[in-house]
Amino acid sequence: MYKIAKEKLPALFQLLANEQELILPIKNSGQVNFGLWDEEVEVDLTALNSVKSPKDAFFPQGESLYTCKKDGKKIEIQQEELRDKDFVIFGMRPCDYRGVEVLDKVFLVDPVDSYYQARREHGIIVTMACSEPEETCFCKVFDIDCADPKGDVAAWLDKDFLYWKPVTDKGKAITEKVSSLFAESDDKAVETIQEDIRSIVEKLPYSNLSLEGWGAGKTDEKFDSPIWESFANSCLACGTCTFICPTCQCYDIKDYNTGNSVERYRCWDSCMYSDFTMMAHGNNRTTQMQRFRQRFMHKLVYFPTNNDGMYSCVGCGRCVSKCPSSLNIVKVIKRFQEEGGKAN
Amino acid sequence: MQELITRGKELLADGSVVGILGWKEGDFSYNPEPAFFQNEEELDKFIYDGFCGANLSKFMIEASKKEGKTLVFLKPCDTYSFNQLLKEHRIDREKAYIIGVGCSGKLSLDKIKEAGVKGIQKITEEEDKIHVETLYGDKTLNRSDVLLDRCHVCKGKEHRIFDEIIGESKETNDKDKFSEVEAIEKMSSEEKFLFFQKELSKCIRCNACRNVCPACSCRKCVFDSNKFDSAQKVNTNSFEEKMFHIIRAFHVAGRCTDCGECSRVCPEGIPLHLFNRKFIKDIDELYGEFRAGEDAETVGPLTEFTFDDAEPQEAVERG
Repeated sequence: MYKIAKEKLPALFQLLANEQELILPIKNSGQVNFGLWDEEVEVDLTALNSVKSPKDAFFPQGESLYTCKKDGKKIEIQQEELRDKDFVIFGMRPCDYRGVEVLDKVFLVDPVDSYYQARREHGIIVTMACSEPEETCFCKVFDIDCADPKGDVAAWLDKDFLYWKPVTDKGKAITEKVSSLFAESDDKAVETIQEDIRSIVEKLPYSNLSLEGWGAGKTDEKFDSPIWESFANSCLACGTCTFICPTCQCYDIKDYNTGNSVERYRCWDSCMYSDFTMMAHGNNRTTQMQRFRQRFMHKLVYFPTNNDGMYSCVGCGRCVSKCPSSLNIVKVIKRFQEEGGKAN
Repeated sequence: MQELITRGKELLADGSVVGILGWKEGDFSYNPEPAFFQNEEELDKFIYDGFCGANLSKFMIEASKKEGKTLVFLKPCDTYSFNQLLKEHRIDREKAYIIGVGCSGKLSLDKIKEAGVKGIQKITEEEDKIHVETLYGDKTLNRSDVLLDRCHVCKGKEHRIFDEIIGESKETNDKDKFSEVEAIEKMSSEEKFLFFQKELSKCIRCNACRNVCPACSCRKCVFDSNKFDSAQKVNTNSFEEKMFHIIRAFHVAGRCTDCGECSRVCPEGIPLHLFNRKFIKDIDELYGEFRAGEDAETVGPLTEFTFDDAEPQEAVERG
């Protein structure tokens, strides 16, 4: 365990950024999102959640896949180069780290997504414990301990110091490069931070949310419930929940005509959008009820069914605080528990 | 609030309406959701408080397709949107029974959080104060400091269309409606560009602004067309991130009632209403004062031709 005084953090960021790209939470026009560090940016380590999750670092909202150029009768195809340089992502929360583990289940299984895989191999994740969890947090429900972050390096913040613990080989390697800035620390300070965090987590209103009735194999039980309709009536069909979510992984592939070439790119898609999974024959989900149901069934039933019970919700609470209609996954879980037995 | 529930139950019971469009209580003090209530029992979860900022007018598009009347609760400013939707034939007056509800300004959770509030357990409203109990101690805030932006330019306490009114309203107008626009107009071109660049580069293309907007009521949006040669779900470059919002602002020009829902719902806190308000200001200056949604009949300046209309050259000369 190492420590560094908070006022020396800019020096740490500088040193990290000298060697590789550094991505961390940055405040821009009042909002905190993960972005590339330089000396000009305003780093904000106090924000619990960035607006968008940090999944962009591995699975960007938009990325070019390849470009086709016409040259006489020939078509030249240029593949986008895979990430080949290391980068550090600093300050990822424990829930968002689980989000990356969820994405791994999707993109690192056969057929492996080479664009994602390259970024995962070159990304070094420094996670940070949540000093002040909020009422919207429910990571505990998914057995995430926000006082004990996983990652290549785990970090904790108190009012004077940042504590730094290398965990993996990647984490140890990056620690060696910056260790000149660190002092050795015993575990006591971190244990105190952890106790404080856990005592707050116990008091969080959602910490004891029950997932009973959800999980692998519950499709038939939930699919035809009239409860979905009551939610869909209020849903604006925007993509806020899907675009801020750390685990939403659906994407669309499109062509962009640049005038003299065609760029094939992929971008995040949202199951809330009307053209989601549009096929030649049309769309297989024609109502907002079906689209709404898809999102929550995917998180709470289909994903666990296909991934040994792993939920694809991590309890970050972003949808709880950002949905324009105040609908969210917690309300879905609760309403099924309250009204599930009723025929309506 | 009880009066609203009682009246709703009466109207359901005597068959005047078949459903009710209102707000349903959330699991926190601050997150009620817009909801359709279909029976008296469901109305037990009806709520009307400072966090019911959501404008229910646009939900009447769907309600107008249903059999029978829907009771809809509208705040004074929501009635402007309702009128505008009526004018555009997107909703059916005969399908709505409007109860105008009193309003003394709605609260912004973002502003409460910006005031340093974390870990909210309970929020209690008083006339001029808001008490917040949190996991990290309690706080009292001035109501006027945590109102939605739109409430600072409140249109007044008059409901522009209604069948009956329940409750008192209070004007919360304490800012000039064009002061923010004027501040931007005074900037140099470079400053303006930087300002909007900074704000719009946060856009995640979630379309919440468009989908909540009562003026954005096209059956199919051009941005949802898969024949549109541009990205709809991502800003592939800095041109696209501006294009979406500027096209939208042009499209709702003359029809936007300045309800402020776009700015309320933006997850990235982009002050989208500024675009619309700039157009409102320009229209006022070029064609005389006009407020979309004041009534459901007057033809708007951009859809009417008169010989007194400003010549395009005048607009060009204004810069």
